[in-house]
Amino acid sequence: MENAKTLIYDGSFNGFLTSIFVAFEEKAQIADIQKKTISQNGLFSEIETIFTHVEKAKRVWNGIQKKNHNAIKNIYFAYLSETHGIELLLYRYIRKLFANQASIHLDYSDGLVLKISQLAKSVSREKHRMEAFVRFQLTQDDIYFANIEPDFDVLPLISKHFRSRYADQQWLIYDVKRQYGIFYDLEKVEIVSLDLTEIYTNSIQKNNRFVCEEYSYQELWNNYFKSTNIKSRINLKLHTQHVPKRYWKYLSEKREAV
Amino acid sequence: MSFERTKEKLNILADAAKYDVSCSSSGSKRINPNKGLGDSSGMGICHSYTEDGRCVSLLKILLTNYCIFDCAYCVTRKSNDIQRAAFKIQEVVDLTINFYRRNYIEGLFLSSGIFKSPDYTMERLVAVAKKLRTEENFNGYIHLKSIPGASDELMREAGLYADRLSVNIEIPTLSGLKLLAPDKKHEDFIKPMLKVKNEIIQYKEEKKILKSTPKYAPAGQSTQMIIGATGESDKDIMYSATHYYKNYNMKRVYYSGYVPVAEDTRLPAIGTQVPMLRENRLYQTDWLLRFYGFGVHEILNNDHPNLDIDIDPKLGWALRNLQHFPIDINKAEMQMLARIPGIGMKSVHKIISARRFRKLNWEHLKKIGVALNRAKYFIVCDSSHWDHRDMNADKIKGRILQNSVGKFRKEYSAQLSLFN
Repeated sequence: MENAKTLIYDGSFNGFLTSIFVAFEEKAQIADIQKKTISQNGLFSEIETIFTHVEKAKRVWNGIQKKNHNAIKNIYFAYLSETHGIELLLYRYIRKLFANQASIHLDYSDGLVLKISQLAKSVSREKHRMEAFVRFQLTQDDIYFANIEPDFDVLPLISKHFRSRYADQQWLIYDVKRQYGIFYDLEKVEIVSLDLTEIYTNSIQKNNRFVCEEYSYQELWNNYFKSTNIKSRINLKLHTQHVPKRYWKYLSEKREAV
Repeated sequence: MSFERTKEKLNILADAAKYDVSCSSSGSKRINPNKGLGDSSGMGICHSYTEDGRCVSLLKILLTNYCIFDCAYCVTRKSNDIQRAAFKIQEVVDLTINFYRRNYIEGLFLSSGIFKSPDYTMERLVAVAKKLRTEENFNGYIHLKSIPGASDELMREAGLYADRLSVNIEIPTLSGLKLLAPDKKHEDFIKPMLKVKNEIIQYKEEKKILKSTPKYAPAGQSTQMIIGATGESDKDIMYSATHYYKNYNMKRVYYSGYVPVAEDTRLPAIGTQVPMLRENRLYQTDWLLRFYGFGVHEILNNDHPNLDIDIDPKLGWALRNLQHFPIDINKAEMQMLARIPGIGMKSVHKIISARRFRKLNWEHLKKIGVALNRAKYFIVCDSSHWDHRDMNADKIKGRILQNSVGKFRKEYSAQLSLFN
């Protein structure tokens, strides 16, 4: 019998899909699929480096989408969770999908299916949180700028939301953890990387990169946030459950609490 | 504009508006077609939560807290000695736009004290919405308060700019209204509500014929009732809510535990605890009526005019109706699955999807997310293990309370904690 293979890809989603293509094409036994940056040699498996091939990736994407629209969404979302070993889980999930006629993505009694659907749900929750927790600050160059630090890699997922909402203003959302951002220039959204010398949390200290009016609006917002609270109903546990502490430093209304 | 002055006004007028609990920003279908500002086609977003745990989705303010009425339950009533302020129309527009551009809010919820006359007040609310839509090209969410007694013509115009309109009934019973708001007439609340309902129906009909018909209050209307101010029963409240859902096509009825804001012999004294648990039970009941297929008479009737405080209303219903149980998870229809305590609609859908592949057992149900600590007394599944056959309602209730921790438990526990 042939040795099981470990596929190494460049870390992009297209790279991952290309790996799936290769795995199916070669009918190989797959020991693991790993990102180049974090690959570890298995003792008994053969290594194959995968070169990202957009056409092949597209065929996999379309193939799954044709099979089931919801399944492709689950796969993409779960992939962005960056969970350790997600590639192999997804590979098994995709094989299951193609081996069955019925829409197995609904089989919540199957451990693997349930796991993927739960991961996708977590990522979707984080996507929704970022749509809520982005706090733009207006820079001197007339760009609405925000730093975020999401648990999962959700920038690709929130781009459309911000594009259709803020179509008449330039904006830039930068993920400080993954060191890339998305920038909208009134025409299109582009992926950018910046040399940030500091992280622009919503700090009490004023920074001259932002217009001075910016700080007045932050103050108004903070005041509003306080005035709208009903003291006799205080429920801090519920408050932190909805707004977990790890997000506070990017929320201007919580900056005094940080 | 002067920030210091605006800040002062914002503090006063946001503080006065906070007792309106609605903050929903969903249900509209307003897209951003011409590269303007804002889009409210998606689901609602809560941008933050205050320390009382309530969602902040809209900039919720009064245009003014000057008011000619003297309703006992209201903080801005005429006779209350408080600071008064009024926003200019442009100030509200600027605040909304600048907050929206920074992604603080989904839009504006504008209400007002009634100054001069209902029409004079309503006109100004409409003017703010109109300015936002036509001058600022704003497609975010706008919720306007329908001022009781406002003319039909103004209500029609309001719906063309707003996503949602609401009139707060505040007091669920007529006798209560007479006692606490003697200057207000019940008909004044009903008139704008009826107008909006009819306009919504009419615009929907026209839209079927002519696609370019403008939107009219696409997120519908809502109302709010104060809980615990007039000694009303849960049955009074929920029957009244059902009436508004049915006859006025309400999208939502909100229940707001009364926060004492005045010394008045007609009302609970200042410092009385806000009935938050009762409020919670009413919302649970509201959900059972809207999403779980329950009829209001099944949960509240002359034999049971009030909800149980120590258990949720679905569990309460199940314990009174043990003859329907146990339910077979692998066979029962959706309506029956939805009636099992500890199983929410999400789990119902998952169960129905999953059981097409295999028969489900306890382990599957647990993983899917069913609250088995409650559900296990009411279901059978693919397992011979079911040892609750001969339990009566009291015994089941006792077991459930014993083996679970309720978040409100301390509030109704009569037993004193030993080591406090």
